[in-house]
Amino acid sequence: MNAATISVNLIALAALLGAAFKDKEKTGQALRLAVRSLVGMLPMVLTIIIIIGVMLEFVTTQIIQDLLGEESGFFGILTAAVIGSLMHIPAILAFPLAASLLEGGAAAGTVAGFIASLTMIGVVTFPVEVKELGVKMTLLRNGLGFLFALAIALLMGVLL
Amino acid sequence: MNNKDMSMNNPGGPGPGGSGPGNPGGANSGPSQKKLVSLQSLIGLAVALAVAAILVTLFPDNRERAVGTSLRFLIEMVSVLPAIVILIGLFAVFVPKKLVAEYLGHASGVKGFFLALLLGSLPTGPLYVAFPMAAAMLKKGARPANIIVFLTAWACIKIPQEMVELQFMGLKFTLLRFGLTIAAAGLMGAVTEGLMKRSE
Repeated sequence: MNAATISVNLIALAALLGAAFKDKEKTGQALRLAVRSLVGMLPMVLTIIIIIGVMLEFVTTQIIQDLLGEESGFFGILTAAVIGSLMHIPAILAFPLAASLLEGGAAAGTVAGFIASLTMIGVVTFPVEVKELGVKMTLLRNGLGFLFALAIALLMGVLL
Repeated sequence: MNNKDMSMNNPGGPGPGGSGPGNPGGANSGPSQKKLVSLQSLIGLAVALAVAAILVTLFPDNRERAVGTSLRFLIEMVSVLPAIVILIGLFAVFVPKKLVAEYLGHASGVKGFFLALLLGSLPTGPLYVAFPMAAAMLKKGARPANIIVFLTAWACIKIPQEMVELQFMGLKFTLLRFGLTIAAAGLMGAVTEGLMKRSE
């Protein structure tokens, strides 16, 4: 158990107690919602766990390093950003995946770009976005999002 | 017939049951009404299991290490996920989307930027839930720049999400990415607004 784990759990506990104190019924709703989303997430959690195990122990870390490591330079950043844009998984499941990439030898900046593009850009949800915000804004948001994911990756690489 | 009755004839009780505990989000009740576990995610799991099974049979030597690595990450996830979904649930129930939309509609200037940032990082749910909200606010006259900031914050720096990032990526990485994302959100908003105005 590290400090982050403990503080997250303490914060959740405090929030839960505060909420229960304020409104028991609403807190009950929130808990039911929480259980639902946990159950809904379960298959994806297990999938990610399997992918991580396979990636780190079967795909040799040499491949991860070649593809996304420091040596891969801008091409690695671009690769990670493209993969991130195409993937459609909840953001909170992106972080374990990102951590495993880092462990496998991917560059920190590249991983940051992967997270940024994964969370910001939705190729899968593109049609929904066009319907709500129009073609122009959607293209601008996703296009700029991609460029800024690359920029964040480059800057993180320099700063970390 | 008068379908008014459906909403009128609900005397006091805890609701007619059909729609569960009542949805705080109002119109945007889509995601929570879906089936608990999606078919896609089950197919994904099946594929991952099959690939893992094949690899384990082909390279039995790596099995133990792979299982160990998977378990280590599973334990780490299990130690935060319940807390995170509880926070997400509390946000969803106690911070109604309507409230967020109302505040953002009035936001302007530097204050508007920070308000959009804050409001985007508060509520929860996948990004596509935010699109209809953003569209509604645009129609009400909110600045496109603030909407982009709001969407970027929603996507990248939601509070429960940042806690998971802290857990897995460490403090330095999280803080740095957080700062860069805020800067990117502002720039993206400004550029989008500029380009949208120019092409009009």
